[in-house]
Amino acid sequence: MWLFDKDLWVEIFHTLGKNMFRTFLTMLGVIFAMIILILLLGSANGMSNGFDKVFAGTASNSLFVWGQSTSEPYKGFERGRRIRYKIEDAEILKKQIPEIEVLAPRIELGSHRQTVTVYREGRTSGSSVYGDYPEIDNITKKKLVEGRFLNKTDIEDSKKICVIGEETYKLLFDKGENAIGSDIRINGVFFSVVGVYKPNNNINIDGENAVFIPFTTFQKAFNTGDRMGWMAISVEPNTKVPVVENKIKKILKTKYDIHPDDERAIGSFDMSEIFNNISAFTGVLKGFSFFVGIFTLLAGVIAISNILLITVKERTKEIGVRRALGATPRTVKRQIIVEAIVLTAFAGLIGFAISVGILAILNSLWGSGEDFPFVNPMVSIPQFGISFLLMVSLSVLIGLIPANKAVKVRPIEALREE
Amino acid sequence: MIEIKDLHKSYKMGSNSLHVLKGINFTAEAGELVAIMGSSGSGKSTLLNILGMLDGADSGEYILDGVPIKDLTETKAAQYRNKFLGFVFQSFNLINYKSALENVALPLYYQKVARKERQEKALNYLDRVGLKEWATHLPSELSGGQKQRVAIARAMAAEPKVLLADEPTGALDSKTSYEVMDLIQKINDDGNTILVVTHEEDIAHMCKRIVHLKDGVIVEDKKIEQVRAEQYV
Repeated sequence: MWLFDKDLWVEIFHTLGKNMFRTFLTMLGVIFAMIILILLLGSANGMSNGFDKVFAGTASNSLFVWGQSTSEPYKGFERGRRIRYKIEDAEILKKQIPEIEVLAPRIELGSHRQTVTVYREGRTSGSSVYGDYPEIDNITKKKLVEGRFLNKTDIEDSKKICVIGEETYKLLFDKGENAIGSDIRINGVFFSVVGVYKPNNNINIDGENAVFIPFTTFQKAFNTGDRMGWMAISVEPNTKVPVVENKIKKILKTKYDIHPDDERAIGSFDMSEIFNNISAFTGVLKGFSFFVGIFTLLAGVIAISNILLITVKERTKEIGVRRALGATPRTVKRQIIVEAIVLTAFAGLIGFAISVGILAILNSLWGSGEDFPFVNPMVSIPQFGISFLLMVSLSVLIGLIPANKAVKVRPIEALREE
Repeated sequence: MIEIKDLHKSYKMGSNSLHVLKGINFTAEAGELVAIMGSSGSGKSTLLNILGMLDGADSGEYILDGVPIKDLTETKAAQYRNKFLGFVFQSFNLINYKSALENVALPLYYQKVARKERQEKALNYLDRVGLKEWATHLPSELSGGQKQRVAIARAMAAEPKVLLADEPTGALDSKTSYEVMDLIQKINDDGNTILVVTHEEDIAHMCKRIVHLKDGVIVEDKKIEQVRAEQYV
C-alpha cells in the first residue's frame, strides 16, 4: 500500500519542511477555520449543556393544572364562578387517564401567590405556604441545602413538619444558625423544620419564598377539608403533554359543569412547550454552527488549494525535472494530493488543539453556568470526527485541482521554464 | 542502440506551422559519444527532446535498444525515461532544496529502489564524480561545475542505456567545461552511450562523432579524432 510507503512520507515532509514559512502560511486558513468551527460548536454545546443544567430536576414532560373562574355561563351557573377542585379529582384523573405518570396534588394557603406571615421567635417572613405530596419532588426537584424533603410517613402520620426555602431561612434565622428541628409558626400552628432547600433561579414555580408542609397536615391544621388547589402532573414517556392536558380538561369540565368552550375556567401550563422551544433553539444553534464552520473550513481548504496551485506553478521546473527522471503523472499527482491532506490534517489538528484550549479557558471562567446558561463547552468526539473527516475529504477533492494542473504541464515545457 | 528513420516534427505557431525536423535519419551504436551541433533553430534541441521522450514526433520511427518508441502515454514515457535515459541539462536542474545525495538518489526513488540501497548507490555515483565529500550540501552551496557533476551523477545513477546531455557546458567557463567533458569522456570510456548537444566547436571535438544539423536536416555526419579533455584540466 503506497500510503505506508516510508519514502513517500519522507519526500512529502521534506518538501513541506524545506518551505516552513510557506507551509505555515498555507495552514493558517485551515487553523483559523478549525478554531472557528470548534469554538462555535463548543459554545453551542455549552449553551445546550447550560440549559440542561438550568432545567435539571424539572420533568420536561409535565404540566400544571389549577382552577380559575368560568368565563361562560353553563347549566344554570353564572359566569365568573370560581372552580375549586377536590382531592378526589386526583384519584379520578389517575384512574381515567393511564398516561399520567405522577400526579401530585397541592394546596396553597390563602389565594394564589398571596403570602402568609410565618413567625419564628419574633421574626416574620411573608411566605407562600403549600400543602404537598412527596411526589412533587419527581416533577420539580428541590435542591436541599440541609435536611430532607417531605416523605410518605409525613403524609400518613400528618406530621407537623415543614421544608423551607433559603429565603425564608434568611428571614427567620441568623446566618449559620441550625434550622433543622426549630419550630416556625403559621396561622397559630407550629411546624418543625426538617429541610432547607435552594430554589432554582431559572425555573421557579413555587415563588421565591416558600414553605412546604405535608398535604394531610395542611388539611388538618388549616381545616381545608377535601379541597385541592392545583395539580402537578408528569406524563408517561412517549406521551404528548397536550394530549393528556386535553383529556384532563375534558374530565374536569364535565365534573364541574363548565362550558365545553370555556378556555378560562381551568388554568394550565405545559412545561414541555418550553423544553421543546429550547431544544429547538439549541438544535438550530448547533446546526448553524456546523453550517458556518463547514463553510469556513471549505474556505480554508480552498486557500490551501490556492497556495498549492501557486506552489505548483513555482515548482513547475522541479516537477518537470522529476518527470524527466521518471516520475509518472500518478506519482506527481499523489504527492500533491498527499501534501494537501497532510497540510489540512496538520492544520486542523493545530486548530483543534488551540480551540480546545480556548474552550477550556472559557469553561474555567464562565463554565459553572451560574450567571448564564453555559456549561462545559466542549465538542463531542463524533462532532470532531465528522468535522475532521469532512475536512480531509474536502482537501482530497480540492487537492485534485493543483494536482491536475501539475501533471498537465508537459515535462518539456516545465524544463523550458526559467 | 538508437535508430531513427525519417523523423518529422513541426510546431503550430498560430495559423502557420513551423517545420522543425524534416526527415532525420540517424543511428548510434552502443558506446558512442556523439555531438549534435547546429545553430539555434536548427532543430537540435527538438531532436534531443524527441530522443528523450520529452516530446513526440509527428512521423517516423524511433527505436531505442530494440524497443520501438511510439504512442507513449505520459506514464509509459515516464517509465521509459526512467529505465532508458539519463538527462543532463544546461541549467543543471537540480532540486534546490535537496542535498546532492538526495538529488542523485531521486531517479532511483522512481525506480522503487529501497531506501538504503538508494543511498549507497547514490553515494557511490557521487564518489565517481569526485563529490563524495559534498553529499550533504545543497546545490546552492556548490559551484557550477560541481552542480553539473552532481547532475551527471544523477543521470548515471539510474544506469541508463543512453545519456542525453543538452548543452552540458553551456553555463560553465571553459576550464570547468573541460572538467565536465573529462568526466563525460570517462563515463563513455566505461562503455556508456552519450549524446551531447552543443554549439561549441571545442566541446564537439571532445566527442567521437559530430552530427551537424541545419534547418531540420542532417547536413554532416562524421567520425572524428577525439580530443581528450584531460590535458586541459
